Amino acid sequence: MTNLAARLEDPRRALTPNGIAITGIVLGVLAFWSAIPPFDARTLVFPVLIGVLAMAAGVWGISRGRRRVGWGAVVSGLIGLSLGILATHSSTSNLHTVFAADLVASTLVFATPLTFAAIGGMVSERSGVVNVGLEGMMLMGAFWGVYGADKTGSWAAGLVIAVFSGGIFAGLHAFWAIHLRADQIVSGMAINFLALGVTGYFFEQLYGQQNIPSGVSTVPNVKIPLLSHWTYVGPAIGDLNLLVWIAILLVPLSYVALFKTAFGLRVRACGEHPRAADTVGINVYTVRYMAVITSGMLAALGGAYLSIGFGGGSFTEDMTEGRGFIALAAMIFGNWRPFGAFGAAVLFGFSTALAFRLPAYSSSAAILFQALPYVLTLVAVAGLIGRTIPPAADGRPYRKQ
Amino acid sequence: MTEPVDAAAGPPEEEPPAGFAVRLGVAQRAGGVAVPILTAVVAFAMGGIVVLATGHNPWTAYKGIFAGAGLNWFVHVPWNTSTVNLDAYNLSQTLLLTTTLILTGLAVAFSFRCGMFNIGGQGQYIVGLVTANWVGVSFAGWPTLPHVLLGIAAATLAGGIWAGVAGFLKATTGAHEVISTIMLNWIAIWGGSYLFGQGGPLQNAQDPSSPVSGAVAQSARLPVFWGSSLLQGLDVGFFVALAMLVVFWLLLNRTTLGYEVRAVGFNPDAAAYGGINVKRSYFMAMAISGMFAGLAGALDMLGYLFQYGTLDVQASQIGFLGIAVALLGRNTAVGTGIAAFLFGGLLYGTTRGLNPNVFDPGLAGNLTSMIQGLVVLFVGADIVILYLWNARRKLRLRQQEAPA
Repeated sequence: MTNLAARLEDPRRALTPNGIAITGIVLGVLAFWSAIPPFDARTLVFPVLIGVLAMAAGVWGISRGRRRVGWGAVVSGLIGLSLGILATHSSTSNLHTVFAADLVASTLVFATPLTFAAIGGMVSERSGVVNVGLEGMMLMGAFWGVYGADKTGSWAAGLVIAVFSGGIFAGLHAFWAIHLRADQIVSGMAINFLALGVTGYFFEQLYGQQNIPSGVSTVPNVKIPLLSHWTYVGPAIGDLNLLVWIAILLVPLSYVALFKTAFGLRVRACGEHPRAADTVGINVYTVRYMAVITSGMLAALGGAYLSIGFGGGSFTEDMTEGRGFIALAAMIFGNWRPFGAFGAAVLFGFSTALAFRLPAYSSSAAILFQALPYVLTLVAVAGLIGRTIPPAADGRPYRKQ
Repeated sequence: MTEPVDAAAGPPEEEPPAGFAVRLGVAQRAGGVAVPILTAVVAFAMGGIVVLATGHNPWTAYKGIFAGAGLNWFVHVPWNTSTVNLDAYNLSQTLLLTTTLILTGLAVAFSFRCGMFNIGGQGQYIVGLVTANWVGVSFAGWPTLPHVLLGIAAATLAGGIWAGVAGFLKATTGAHEVISTIMLNWIAIWGGSYLFGQGGPLQNAQDPSSPVSGAVAQSARLPVFWGSSLLQGLDVGFFVALAMLVVFWLLLNRTTLGYEVRAVGFNPDAAAYGGINVKRSYFMAMAISGMFAGLAGALDMLGYLFQYGTLDVQASQIGFLGIAVALLGRNTAVGTGIAAFLFGGLLYGTTRGLNPNVFDPGLAGNLTSMIQGLVVLFVGADIVILYLWNARRKLRLRQQEAPA
C-alpha cells in the first residue's frame, strides 16, 4: 500500500511505463463509460477519442517492456471503444435500464462470493496445495449456514457453523493432499461431488419437500450514512450487505497477511520451495494444513453469503452453480495475487450483473455473455495476454526427509 | 520376482527377468482387482451409514436401488426380453446410461494414461450433443445410414476439437489441462444454453417460446433393439460403446500412438529422451479423449434424447460421473466397462427407476453423488496404498539382499 501512495505522491513515478499502461486500462473503461449514464454522450467523439488514447497508452507500455498491462490497455481500449460506439447507437431508455446506478451495487453483490472463494483459493495455492474443491466448500457453507441460522435463530451462529463445515471439508482435502500425498485435483473433485451429495441429502432429509421456512435470520445490510448521500451511486452502495464489506476488507487484509507478515512469508515459502522452507525450520505440513483450512473457511463464507446474505435465507440443491469454478478462474486470472483476484472477481461479477440486464437487448446474447469469465481465463492461462505464473510447488506433495 | 536364491542357482532360461514398468504393471493389476472392489464396498457402506444415521433402513434402500436399476432381471425373470416387465425395462434404462458412462469414462481414462486429467468430459459431451442435434435436425430427408454416420462423425470430431484445444494449449504454452478443461466445460455449458435457448440458432423453430432444441429427424435416429422406441428403448449405441472398449484397448496396447501415449504417461522426460514427441502425444491423447466424450453425446442425442433444452444442458452431470467411472475402473478398458455398469445402475436406480414408496428418490439421488465422491476420494488414496505396498516390498528386498 505504501508503494501505491508513494507512486501517487511522486508525479514522475506515475509516468512509468507501468503507470501509463494502467492509465490506459482505466481510459478504456472510461471510453465506454462516457457513452452510458450518467454521462450519456450521444456522439462518437468521446468513446473514440478516449479509446484510441487508451490503446496508444497500451502500445507505449508494450514498447517499454510492460507486455501484460500494455496488452491489457490495448484490449481494454478496443473493447471500450467498440462498446461505446454500440451504446451511442442504442436507445437512451434501454441504456438507462441496463446501466442504472445499482449496476455498481449488483456488481459488488455478484463479486462478493467470488472474492471470498478466490482469496481462499489463493491462500491454499500459495502454500502449495491446489484447491479445485472450492465449489464444494462453498456449497457446504451455503447449506450449513442457512441451517445454522434457522436452528439457532442467529445469522452470526449460522456463519460460524458455515465456516466450520467448510473447514471440515477443507481439512479432509488437506489430509488427503498433505498426509496421504494423493493427487490434489482428484481429491478436490471428490470434495465437490461429496459436498453436492451431502448438502442435497441433508437438505432433503431436514427440510423434505417444504423449503426452508421464511424469516430465517439473515446477515444484515450496513447503512453508511456518508456514502448513501453521494449523488448517483450513493443510494445503491450506501446500503450493502455486511458480508460485501467484509469481502472488500478481506482483500487488503489478505495482502498484508500474505506479503507483509512472517507467517505470510512462510506460507509462500511452502508454495515456492517447500524443501528450503523445511530446511530453515518451517513446519511445511502445519503451514499447509492451516492454509488449506483457511481457504475452506473463506470459501464457506462466500457460500453462506449466497444462502443467508444475498439469498435472504434460502437454499436450493447445487446452489453455487459453478461459482467455485469462477472463483478459481478469478484467482488464476488475478495471477494468484489478492488485488488481482479481487479485480478479476469484480470483472466477473460485473459481467454476471450485466448478463442479468442484457435481456433488455437480446435474451440469447445475455446467456452467451455468461461464458465471458471462462473465455477470458482460458485466454489468460494460454498466455496470450502476459503469463499467469502459479506458485512453483503448487500441486506437488511434500515429503519430509 | 526372481528370488536371490534362483539367481545364485543360475540365470533362468525360459523367463527373462521382467523390467520395472512391467512389474509395476503386474502389481497394479494384482492390487487393481482387490482395491477397486474394496473402494466401492467401503463407499457403499459409508453411504449406508449415512442412510442409517438419518433414520432410514439402508438394507431396504439398497434393495430398492437394486430393483430400480433392473438388476432383479437377473434374479427373478432371467432372459425375459419383454419390456412390459418392469425389471427388463429398468435394466434397459440402466444400460442406456451405461452406454454414456462407458464413453465418458474412457474419455477420462485415455487422458489419464498419458498423465493428464481431463475434467472436461462434461463439456466435450455437451459439444457432442449439440453437434449431433444440429446434424440430426438439419439434414432431414437424407437416407438413414449416411445421416446417422454423419451425425456421429461430426459430434465425435467436435468433441475431439473441444478437448484438442486443451491439449494444444498444454503442448504449446504449457497451460495446465485441468484449468483449461474446466473453463472449456463452462464455455460449452453456456454456449449450449445459448444455442438451444430462446432466440438461439438451434432452438426449435416450431415452438419459439420454449428454450428447447429442435427434434432429431427420424432418419438420424439410431435403431432400438430392446424395448419400444416410444418408451426410450435400448438403442444400438450400446454396442458402439462396447466396441469402443475394444478400440480403447487396441489403441493403447497395439498401436505406436498408444505406446507413445503410455510412455509419456509413465514419464514424459524419459519418453522425450527416447525420441517420442511429447507435445504431439499430449495433443493426440487429449483429442482422442475428447472424441470418446463427443461420441457419447452423439449416441445419446441420436439414440434417445432427440431434443434437449437449456435446463438439461445446465443440469447434466454425466460427464463428471465419467471421472469416478475411470478412476474406479483403474483407467483400463475392462475396469471402465464394469464401473460404468455399476454407476449406470446406481444412477438409474436412485432416480427414475426407484419406487418412491421404498425410498425417497430425493435422498437417493444425492446418495449417488455422495458415493461418487467417496469413490473418487478413496481411489485418490489407494494410489498411496499401492505406493506404500511397493515401498515396503522394496525395503524387505533390500533387507534380504543386505546379509547376502
